[in-house]
Order: sequence, then C-alpha cells, then structure tokens
Amino acid sequence: MTIPTKTTTPFALAIGGLSKRFDRPAVDSLDLTVRAGEFYTLLGPNGAGKTTTLRMVAGLLRPDAGSIAVFGIDALAEPVAAKRIMAWVPDEPMIYDRLTPYEYLEFVAGLWGTEAKRAQDQARDLIGWLGLEPHANERCGGFSKGMRQKVALAGALVHDPRLIILDEPLTGLDAGAARQVKDVLLERVRAGASVIMTTHILEVAERMAERIGVISGGRLIAHGTLEDLRQQAGTLGGSLEDIFLDLVAEEEAAA
Amino acid sequence: MSQPATLAWFARHELNLAWRDWLAMMTAGKRSRERKVAIVLIVLAAILHLLAYGMVAGFADAGAEPSKTALIAVTGTMLISFSMMLSQAMESVTRAFYARADLDLILSSPASARRVFALRIGAIALATTMMALLLAGPFINVLALKAGTHWLAAYGAVAAMGAIATTLALALTIALFRTIGPRRTRFIAQIIAAVVGAAFVIGIQAAAILSFGSLSRFAFFRSDAANTLAPALESILWWPARAAMGDAPLLLVILAAGLGLLLAAIAVFSMRFADHVTAAAGIAHTTRRQRAGAVAFRTVSPQRALRRKEWTLLRRDPWLVSQTLMQILYLLPPALLLWRNYGTQTSALFVLVPVLVMASGQLAGGLAWLAVSGEDAPDLVAGAPLQPGAIIRAKVEAVLGAIALVLAPLLIALTLAMPAMALVAAIGCACAAAAATTIQLWFRVQANRSYFRRRQTSSRAATFAEAFSSIAWAGTAALAAMGTWLAAIAGALALLTLFGAWLISPRSQP
Repeated sequence: MTIPTKTTTPFALAIGGLSKRFDRPAVDSLDLTVRAGEFYTLLGPNGAGKTTTLRMVAGLLRPDAGSIAVFGIDALAEPVAAKRIMAWVPDEPMIYDRLTPYEYLEFVAGLWGTEAKRAQDQARDLIGWLGLEPHANERCGGFSKGMRQKVALAGALVHDPRLIILDEPLTGLDAGAARQVKDVLLERVRAGASVIMTTHILEVAERMAERIGVISGGRLIAHGTLEDLRQQAGTLGGSLEDIFLDLVAEEEAAA
Repeated sequence: MSQPATLAWFARHELNLAWRDWLAMMTAGKRSRERKVAIVLIVLAAILHLLAYGMVAGFADAGAEPSKTALIAVTGTMLISFSMMLSQAMESVTRAFYARADLDLILSSPASARRVFALRIGAIALATTMMALLLAGPFINVLALKAGTHWLAAYGAVAAMGAIATTLALALTIALFRTIGPRRTRFIAQIIAAVVGAAFVIGIQAAAILSFGSLSRFAFFRSDAANTLAPALESILWWPARAAMGDAPLLLVILAAGLGLLLAAIAVFSMRFADHVTAAAGIAHTTRRQRAGAVAFRTVSPQRALRRKEWTLLRRDPWLVSQTLMQILYLLPPALLLWRNYGTQTSALFVLVPVLVMASGQLAGGLAWLAVSGEDAPDLVAGAPLQPGAIIRAKVEAVLGAIALVLAPLLIALTLAMPAMALVAAIGCACAAAAATTIQLWFRVQANRSYFRRRQTSSRAATFAEAFSSIAWAGTAALAAMGTWLAAIAGALALLTLFGAWLISPRSQP
C-alpha cells in the first residue's frame, strides 16, 4: 500500500490560532501540528474541545478564527481539496443499516471518486484485516458496536487517505476488535499515512503515539513525546495517567 | 393514590405520556403555541361541521325506518371507515410489538406484562376510535342537529367498530407472527395495513368507474345496480347501519359484540405478549444477508454514488415501500379510468391530472425528507470531497428520479391517449415534486431515518406548506388541462405558497 506524498511540507496538519465559541469558548486560539507520517494522540478531559477541533479539521464545523492546513492545503479556503486526502472517523460509527459492508465501502469509494479496481482491492484487504469476512454480505443493521466501528474504519481507509482523523475509535470495542483496529492504524502509519486520534484510554496513547497533545479548556496545554510531557509536568518516571492528571489539575487550578 | 404496577397506575402513566406526546406533536414542543393550537382546532372543527352540513343533507330525513338507499350509503361509509380503522389499528399493534421505547424497562420490572399489554391494546382501540370520531363527529353532529338526536347513536357504532377493528388487527398480526415469524411480520403487516386502508375505497371507486365512468363512490352507493344487489331490508347485514341510525337495541347488540370481542382477544393474546415482544426484540440483533456474489466495484462519480446509495436505501425501507405502495394503490382507480375511457370519453380523463400531480407532490415530500433530513451518516457525506451544493443536487436527483419511475407508466399511457394533457400532467408533477422537495430542503433538520413516520412533528409549518403546495399545483394542473386561464391564478397561488414557506423557513433567517 502506498500513500502519495507530493507536498513538501513536513506537516500533515498545521492548526494556527483556531477558535470556536458556542455558549462559551470551545476551542480557544489552539495551535497544533502533526508531522507527516506521525501517529499523534490528543488527550483531554470531557468537554475540553477535542472533538470540536477535529470536526473543524474534517470540515464539519466552521471555525470562528484561525487556520487549518492539511499537507499545505488551506482547508478553509479549499475544503474539497483538503477533504480529498483525509478521512474522519467519529466516535459513533456512521454507517447505513440497510447496506452491507461491501456496499458501504463501494459507496464511500464512490464518494471519494476512487478508481474501482483500487477501491475493490483495498476493500477486500480491509474486510480481511478487520475480520469482517463472514459478515461482508450481511446488512449492517444487526451488527454490534465493535463491528460497526470496524466497518466505519474500513470506510475511512478505503480511499487511501493521507491524514486519518479518529475521535475515540476504541470506545466500546472488545480487546480483540481494539487490537485489530490498532494494528490496521499502525500499518497505515508505517505505509506513510498520518494519524491524529483522541482517546480516553491513556494506555493506548502511551503505546501507540509518537507525540501526545493535552488539551484543556480549548487550549493545548502540553505536547510532545511522553518524555517531553514528563518534563513539562515535572513528574519524572510517572505514567501517562499521572502526567495527564497533573497537567489538567494544574490548568484547572490556574483557570 | 393508586399502587404502582396496578392497572390503574399503568393507565395513568400511559395517559400522561399520550397526552404529552400529543401536545408535543401539536405544538412542536413549544408551550407558547398551546393557545394558537387550541384556536386552530376550534376553527378546524367549525370548518369540518360546515363541510359536513353541505354533504349529509340528503340523509337527514332518514328516520327510524330508513330506505334501502340510505342503508346502502351508511353501510358503505361505515365499511370505508372500518377499513381505515383496521389499517390504523394494524399499524399500531405492529408498533406495540416492535417499538422498543420503554418495553425493556417494563419487561425487566416485576410488573405484569399481561397488564401492560391489556392496557396498550385498550389504548389502541381508544385511539383508533378517537381518530375515526374526529372525522365522523362533525357529520354525526350535523345529522343529530338536523334530523334528530337518534343519530347520536352513530358515536356508539363507531366505538364498536373501533373495538372490532382492533380485535381483528390483533388477531391478524399475531397470526402473521406465528406463521411467518417476527422479521417478516413487520414488513408484511405494514403492507397489509396499507392495502387494507386503501382497498375498500379503491374497490368502490373501481366499481363506480366500471359502472358509470366516474370516480365518485357515492354515485355507486346511489345506483340501481347497488340497490338490486343489496340484501332485503330485514337482513342482519343492515344491523350496523340501523344501529348507527338510532336503533337502540341493535346499538346495544353491536356495542356488546365489539367490546366482548376486544376483551376476549385481550384475554387470549395477552398471555403471550412478553414472548412476542422478546421475539420481535431479537430481530434487531439478527442480520439480513444480501446476495453474495463476486465483489465488483464500479468507478462512479461521487454524485452517482450518492444517488445509488439513496435508491438502494429507499428500496430497502419497508415502511417507505408500504407507503409508496399505498400511493400507487390510490393511483389504480385513475388508471382504470384511463383504461376504460381510452380513445373514447377523453373528458373523463381530466380527473387524472390533479390526482397524478397530488401523488407526485406527496411522494416527493416523503422521499426528500428521507434523503435530505434522514441521512444516517451526515458526517460521512459532509466530509466527502464534494461541494455542499453537489451533495444536495445528487440527493434531489435521486428523489426526482424515484418519482419519475413511479409515475412514468401512467404518464406514458396518458401520452398515448391525450398527449397535450399528458404534457400538462408531467409539468404539474414536476412542479409539485420540485416544490415539495424545495420545502423539505428549506426546513431540513438532522434526524434519524427511523423518525420518518413522525417527520410532521419536527415542523408543522413544513407539513402544511407541503400539503398546500401539492394541492395548489394539482389545482393549477387541473385548470390548465381544461384550458382555462384560471390556471394562471392557481399557479400564482402555488408560487405564493412556496414563497410563504420560504419566508417562515429557517433558511430565510439571517
């Protein structure tokens, strides 16, 4: 599997001064970068602004201010061009109950204008990797949460995106399904794709992410490798859970 | 205060929920609208009474010894009402089995499932009767006022019909459940409900067309043919009509029969209620296999992918299939009229034009809601590399394509008979469908596809605008088919309706 990397920018995603306000500021002058070919995890307490940030990147919400560049493409000025090279997987799987996984993947490939032969091979591989073969020709209506999430993930990957955005993709999955999803994502990163993912499972972030961002009150309060975070939190030798709780508590106290 | 889990306690709980549900449906959840809704209902009741006054004058003189013609008309009207009540009751009974709502909570509690079921069936009978009375009430009141209070007995006759319709619906649904299983029952019961609701009206219209070349069912009821075919005045078959017309002993008989049947059905079937509900719940966790063949993707444009997806989902939606089937069933009498008058009485064909246009508008409204508001994966579609306008265009094309497919056979047949009228009908259908779709676009909301049946509750304004628009376009097309310049006025009214809908739509707000 090859992921084309035509642009010269080192960043898969570059967010600058991003702001969004609902009743109160949800995202507040957020700066964040994800390098090309990097696995980046975004952590934060509930209501910190993680999902809002990712929805703005995916072109599903219009920011009040700021900039978003996906592989150098201004996602606010050229949303269609940016969407062409990225995929969005929300926490609640977006699939159709009356389509089978194969029909769903064909639909998504069509939406992204992917060439049929390539999409078909990709679909077959993804269905296999995610263990969906026995159910590939069944309608998704009766699928469990884990199976639905796997179908949604396959849909996100069928058009070979260069940037994969995932919001809590492992919530509600059993150990086996979670392992399959993680393996597929890591394989994609090895093939050159970039991943930005939110999760509440800190162990997953600790094991999978090259860099971690911690967001609270709509702002990025810490980011870097696990070692960088330890230094920023002053918790030498602590687990990511200790670091995360220290950072968030510090931020909340300051606010 | 009654004890929890008693029949009275459940009744109060259900009544409270039903009242809140109804109020929310009427007011779209806004308390400030309650007074307006009350005024609208009073005005509507007054209009219905005026309409009834104009329509039932002919039966007012039917006294305690009614004529055969009056008995035929009353019996025919009761049969039409009964078929519609049976349809509604079947729909409600099916929903009682399949809608999860609070059933999981109730069935996991120590409360008696039998009581819940008994109460819910009673509620279905009551709702079925109330719905019929909403329509029949003004007619009964006018007759009682004009011809004597003996006509008030018709209220009792309607109540008996409601009980019998619910009993029959219950027996039919459970028979389906036992013979074809819970998965197929949901689909088949919806189809049967649609067919039953339309069948008798369509049958009478078909008889009227074949006998008199007219769509009027009253022409059939008053015909010599019906009079000859009808049984003698002493026949037991006239009992329901006689009861409705004020024969007190017969009213007591049919009321006792109706309520007795309902109570017997509840007693017999409520024992197995929990079993049926559990079986129905199981189908949410089962999968349905599609034909497994060689996986062969086709390279298509994003717009085409969207259209194909919409058509596949529409085709696989059992509720929509039953509703479309009903629309098609209502098109059968006009089709019969077309076939009967083909090449001869072209004037009779004028009636086809508004029927087709109306059907087009109504169908388009439903399909557009499903395609636009009922998108189950809004983020996926919005996240695709497509301009928002292209997404909407593809969905509108899918809706209009489906309408064209349904109406094409009749339009083609009409073209062969009268090309000019077919052109007017086609333009009218296109306008009505486009207007209904546009209204759905202006009032679009994000909703689950399964909320389709209650889409009216999200916006009363959209529902009324859609209905008025379809009526206005049907009128325009009918007048245009007759070649009168009045069509221009009707057309202007249709456009005004559309403009009014835009003015009150959320899309016009800054």
